[in-house]
Amino acid sequence: MTSDAAAWEALRLSLWVACWATVLAVPLALWIAWILARRDFWGKSLLSALVHLPLVLPPVVTGYLLLMGFGRNAPLGRALDSIGITLAFHWSGAVLAAIIMGFPLMVRAMRLAIEAVDPKLEEAAATLGAPRIAIFGRVTLPLIAPGILAGAVMGFAKAMGEFGATITFVANIPGQTQTLPSAIWAALQIPGGENQAIAMVMMASVVAIGAVLISEALARRVAARIAGA
Amino acid sequence: MTLSVHIRHRFGTFDLDVAFDAGPGITALFGQSGAGKTTIINAVAGLFAPDAGHVTLNGHPLFDSTAKAFVVPAARRFGYVFQDARLFPHLNVRENLTFGTRYAPASAKGASLDDVTDLLGLSALLNRMPATLSGGEKQRAAIGRALLAKPQMLLMDEPLASLDGPRKQEILPYLERLRDGPLGLPILYVSHAVDEIARLADTLVLLKDGRVQAHGPLYDVMADPAAVPLLGVREAGAVIEAEVLTHATDGLTQLRSSGGDLHLPGVQAQPGTKVRLRVLAQDVMLSVNKPEGLSAVNVMPVIIQDVHQGDGPGAAIALRAGDDRLLARVTRRAVAELGLTTGMRCYAILKATSVAPGSIGR
Repeated sequence: MTSDAAAWEALRLSLWVACWATVLAVPLALWIAWILARRDFWGKSLLSALVHLPLVLPPVVTGYLLLMGFGRNAPLGRALDSIGITLAFHWSGAVLAAIIMGFPLMVRAMRLAIEAVDPKLEEAAATLGAPRIAIFGRVTLPLIAPGILAGAVMGFAKAMGEFGATITFVANIPGQTQTLPSAIWAALQIPGGENQAIAMVMMASVVAIGAVLISEALARRVAARIAGA
Repeated sequence: MTLSVHIRHRFGTFDLDVAFDAGPGITALFGQSGAGKTTIINAVAGLFAPDAGHVTLNGHPLFDSTAKAFVVPAARRFGYVFQDARLFPHLNVRENLTFGTRYAPASAKGASLDDVTDLLGLSALLNRMPATLSGGEKQRAAIGRALLAKPQMLLMDEPLASLDGPRKQEILPYLERLRDGPLGLPILYVSHAVDEIARLADTLVLLKDGRVQAHGPLYDVMADPAAVPLLGVREAGAVIEAEVLTHATDGLTQLRSSGGDLHLPGVQAQPGTKVRLRVLAQDVMLSVNKPEGLSAVNVMPVIIQDVHQGDGPGAAIALRAGDDRLLARVTRRAVAELGLTTGMRCYAILKATSVAPGSIGR
């Protein structure tokens, strides 16, 4: 494989992993954020701490814990293996690592958005006859959409840049588990690999800035509509 | 259409124990802040379950603590107009107005979007976002939104309290139209403004410290001397009905009440229409002889019905003028010196300016 092809392959894999991680994590993060914002229950602080753990643990520790939990010889990994799902040293493992690492950021953004919704508006919707699911779909969801979007962009960006947990859990196999950050790191290990590294740094920067710009533009449109402009 | 409410609820040091019925027309819950008005209306709407009691509409239980019945707010079909409008900020006025229509049963009777926009003057606002509306426009949209959910009854929690004087005057005629219009929707109306209830209410429930102090037709309660301390000595005063006769060139309007003719400034209504006049008790003077040479133009022969003396220096005198009742506030000394007693005939002197423009309704 030429170095150029390897770089594009790393970019493709990173986008693939980041998209899957975002799509899978958003509903789950929204659910957890809802529970943390609106419900009171025993063990709420514990759940909150667990969600935020990947933010404070060294990523390599998170990756190692994943390997211990989902490796081929670990009980959970073996169980998944028997139904045809392999995570360790596979791109789907990179998705899992990206979800876990980005989860605290997503939950935080969504929780803040949910807490900012005035429950009195939901009360008003109830007096107008709307069932709960309709109140969520027609009042709450549109109001927290900017927060969900912000969380999704954060999660996507984190997934694109995740390195420590990914390389520990799924290693650095070109074409299979070598994401953009892993490829940049690999290129920097080879004498004369700087040019290739710089090309990939540019790719990563373009994707990251693009994601932020798109989310900003969408958030502005929502804000402008509410302001009646 | 009868709403029957009997609830007991305690939170902290506040203890609520009320029972009343609300029939057709506007039933006003009046009381100072802390009297329990909003708690009651929220219990009726189902926004919380009281400790004990029941709420029934036409005999159907919406809440019953002994039968453990609780109908969720969405299924109660009350249109609730909140003090703070609570329009959905991400929807335009049209989308706000029609929000609840789809949840009403197909058999439900109610106004169409066109009816409501006409009634409330909303046609020009349909595509606007709530953030761009004035306080009065928001409140009108909120009323329209409640109407279009085709409710069985409207609940209004101080819908004018957050508005300034001119904005209030802008909304009041719409509320009168709602009361008198073809919809004939019963309304439970919470307020701490006597001028609003004097103008709008058919039935009055006076609340104090979580208890019902007086309950009955508006004309009766407003003319009850015992209600003076509850309404406030400056605000108390009977409401009488009068028909507009003619507008004179000097700016005074001649009105006919059952007790005699009155000449008042600032009356806008067309000749032939019936209006409500709120006559403040502190603006009514009494004379035992027919007064002459007075600058006041409104003198009515009256019969004293009741002399109500409290602990203070004042006394409230209930009067009958034809079929109408008036209330006068005089000093206890005047009661003694003039020998005012029940059954006595005397003359009530009303200063023409004593009827504020906002006190004239329908």
